Amino acid sequence: MDYNILSWLIWLPVIGVAAIAFIPRDKFDLIKTVSAVVTGLQFLLTLVLWNNFDSSIGSIQFEEKYEWIPSFNIEYYLGVDGLSIPMVILTGLLFFIGVFVSWNINKAVKGYFALFLLLNTGVMGVFLSLDFFLFYIFWEVMLLPMYFLIGMWGGPQREYAAIKFFLYTLFGSVLMLIGILGLYFSCGKTFNIIELTQVAPEALSGLLWWGMSAIKVIWVLIFIGFAIKVPVFPFHTWLPLAHVEAPTAISVLLAGILLKLGVYGILRVNYGLMPDGVYWFSYALALLGLINVVWGGLCALAQKDLKKLVAYSSVNHMGYSLIGMAAVVAAGESHGLNMKAAQAGLGGAVFQMFNHGTISAMLFILVGVIYERAHHRDIEGFGGLASQMPVYTGITAIAFFAGLGLPGLSGFISEAMCFIGAFPVYRWIVIASTIGILLNAAYFLWAFQRVFFGKLNKKYTDLPEINRLELFTVIPLLIITLFFGIYPAPYIDLIASTMDTIINHVVSLGSYASM
Amino acid sequence: MNNLQSISYFYPELILTLVILGAIIYDLFIDKSFSGRVGWVVIIGLVFVSLVVHFQKDLRVTTLFSDAIVLDPFASFFKQIVILATILVSIVSLFSGELDEYRKGEYFALLGIVTFGLFLMVSSIDLIMIYISIEIVSIISFVLAGYLKKKARSNEAALKYVVYGGFSSGIMLFGLSYIFGLTGSTNIFEIQQIVSQLDPASSTALTLAILMVLAGFGYKISAVPFHFWTPDVYEGAPLSITAYLSVAPKAAAFALMIRFFNQTFADGGAMKGLDSVSLTQLPWPEILSILSVATMTLGNVVALQQKSIKRMLAYSSIAHAGYMLLAMPVMSGDSIYAIMMYLVMYLFMNLGAFFVVITVKNKTGGESFDDYKGLGWEMPFVGAAMTLFMVSLTGLPPTAGFIGKFYIFASLIKGGSTYYWLVVIGGINSVVSLYYYLKVVKVMYFEGERTDKILFPSNVLTGTLIFTAVPSLFLGIYWNPIASWIQNSLVFFIQNL
Repeated sequence: MDYNILSWLIWLPVIGVAAIAFIPRDKFDLIKTVSAVVTGLQFLLTLVLWNNFDSSIGSIQFEEKYEWIPSFNIEYYLGVDGLSIPMVILTGLLFFIGVFVSWNINKAVKGYFALFLLLNTGVMGVFLSLDFFLFYIFWEVMLLPMYFLIGMWGGPQREYAAIKFFLYTLFGSVLMLIGILGLYFSCGKTFNIIELTQVAPEALSGLLWWGMSAIKVIWVLIFIGFAIKVPVFPFHTWLPLAHVEAPTAISVLLAGILLKLGVYGILRVNYGLMPDGVYWFSYALALLGLINVVWGGLCALAQKDLKKLVAYSSVNHMGYSLIGMAAVVAAGESHGLNMKAAQAGLGGAVFQMFNHGTISAMLFILVGVIYERAHHRDIEGFGGLASQMPVYTGITAIAFFAGLGLPGLSGFISEAMCFIGAFPVYRWIVIASTIGILLNAAYFLWAFQRVFFGKLNKKYTDLPEINRLELFTVIPLLIITLFFGIYPAPYIDLIASTMDTIINHVVSLGSYASM
Repeated sequence: MNNLQSISYFYPELILTLVILGAIIYDLFIDKSFSGRVGWVVIIGLVFVSLVVHFQKDLRVTTLFSDAIVLDPFASFFKQIVILATILVSIVSLFSGELDEYRKGEYFALLGIVTFGLFLMVSSIDLIMIYISIEIVSIISFVLAGYLKKKARSNEAALKYVVYGGFSSGIMLFGLSYIFGLTGSTNIFEIQQIVSQLDPASSTALTLAILMVLAGFGYKISAVPFHFWTPDVYEGAPLSITAYLSVAPKAAAFALMIRFFNQTFADGGAMKGLDSVSLTQLPWPEILSILSVATMTLGNVVALQQKSIKRMLAYSSIAHAGYMLLAMPVMSGDSIYAIMMYLVMYLFMNLGAFFVVITVKNKTGGESFDDYKGLGWEMPFVGAAMTLFMVSLTGLPPTAGFIGKFYIFASLIKGGSTYYWLVVIGGINSVVSLYYYLKVVKVMYFEGERTDKILFPSNVLTGTLIFTAVPSLFLGIYWNPIASWIQNSLVFFIQNL
């Protein structure tokens, strides 16, 4: 493929922004249509990319590389591999759906969709860039649109939520920038992530920063940057607020894609560049995963606001991913070269990213649907909706079951994979995190019961059923959830060889001893 | 080179002098209502001076007027920066409502004289010349700060400026006298030679001298603890002058500081593009580190609480001086490069922010956050430009401000583990600054009523805003031309005795 497809993926939304800039600001439908066309085209391109992607190769494909700032050795370097391609497709899908979820936005429509598309460019750019400088730029490009989207179109506490989100993320990015510069100067002055993956493990070993191993320091600096995005306890406090205040479509994107950037970054950067650090940190990673699972579950259980419950469920679900990631060390010598466990764990973590992306997107859309009608999200304030909105109830039931990891739905497979992978290494953590599964089931089922069963609240006797537009946004996600729940093989095949590359890289280059 | 020969290398300054004289004489013959035309005389003259400076780069690197000043690409770089700032400020001054009731002739002539002083500042290599050039700039700045004769605030600003200025330049002169007493020379190359051979017993005296000289430099770049004049002067002075003071004299003072510290207390390696080695055991890198941390932290923390945007920008400019000072202790070729890069970026984004304040003041007459309510809806272009400047001043990519910070941080990381803590503090400070910069954005877009009436500033103001906004964005994406310009300007005059 020689058509610079990756560049098109990134810059298509910017073309959309330029087009929107020329549309008069009261032509709402035209602006929305342009956004739908642009994101639709982008989604189609991701499918084309998928079609041409060779999943038997575990390395970078569709490379694009140009000189950018030679004096600092900065390149415009794009590429895609098995780790990023599912995320790229998910980005294409969710932004396309996001346009329709935002269809009833009618305040400053022009600004909203311009920022929406700008956010799209940022997210796509992060997943596709393989130059650290470029990566960082896209990473930060996401922040300002997000700030405006939450702060201008959000709920009552939106300004506070927006600035909190911004400050938290910026704090993380600044630490990350220091880490990036540290890597640049200690690994032969390059920002090329693929080159760094080869050079860094050796260049960093034995190097001291502040009398500590440079690997540890840089690992922690970069990890915090990503952990805030995931979000890993204790950096998660921005998330419930941002989710609750953001408009529905933005919550969908925040949970569906933006949280994945953190996990993606850890796998791409921390795992790739500092395999020694993986050994050093994996136990802590699993432990943080456990805390996320239990803490997120407990918090979700205590929520009165349906959207906040879904937000905390994200904290809970990303915990499984962390536990799965930590299982990579199973393939090392100290754990008896258990390659199968490592594959299950890492594959599960990456699969969980995708599944949580679709499931939480679905949950947020559904919460948005009910909020649109009732103008509140108080769990106790509903009751008996099952008789009033049967279709909505049915879909929500499937989404909730997917969220609690019911077998037959995609969430179950990835969670099970994470646990299977981690079990040989972190036995007690896996056992303890089953508490999280219980909590997970409890908060979803309890919320479902309170909202849909019992006596119908008299206020809601004329609540309209879920409409076609809303169905259009939910159904594709529902199908994906069902499909991967029954037949996950296509996904596993897509990522498998890249996962093996990562595992082999970590295991062959990393060991605790060399720190 | 002797005085007579030097004249032929002194064309930019000579032409500038003619422009100033021309402006003063022209002003005598025109009516007050046309006095703005003097501004155009100065602007066109400055464009001409800029061209002359540009073509001077082919001349050899040399000293002029019996080793009083030098002619080298480093000085030319800063001259261009100063000219650009002066031209932009002059254009905006013509359209600033504040100055309407005053005769503008001498205003522009004075701006020309400041420019002349700054030219000397960036090229002086002699203690006497350093002092004189700083004084030329200071004294004219006092007058400009008090230009709004009928406003008590402006008078107060001028008076405070005089008091602080007199005090700090006195201390500086005292410090310089120590250096002269210990070394017996006023030429910084000779001083460098002698300092490295001095008896260790004299290092206390030299340290004292450094501290006292820093009072003078610190005053010009408004570094803590010599910053006390800044907020009040910035608030009282005409907006256009505040914008000018926050950029041009700062740039020149940094040039002077780089020359002074690198040449007198280090081996001047950075001037050859190498890492420099401190010649003495004097703790000047440590002193500068502490100064920079104090400067940016105080600037940022106090800026958080401001209610007037003008005053907030005053504290923010203190913070930015702190970021630039961060790279000073390293004193490597890279760190000087970084400071120069930062200054270019800072010129556009900071002037741009002040130009927005001028535009808004023309419209509403106010400078507080309340005056910006709903601005983003009422004047979409101005709102968008201000958002860009604020984001750039915070240092978020892909804007110019990020590139500036990136180079500063990079030079520190490269400088070695002694400086890592400075990077961490610098980073945390950028996060803190986000809060108050975004407060402006918040007020502009999230508060106030949305109106359907869209307003635009006058054409020239729009032009200057575009001229500052476009580089603030695009230099964050592609800054190769600037990078190579700085690379070529990193040539210093070195005298080996």
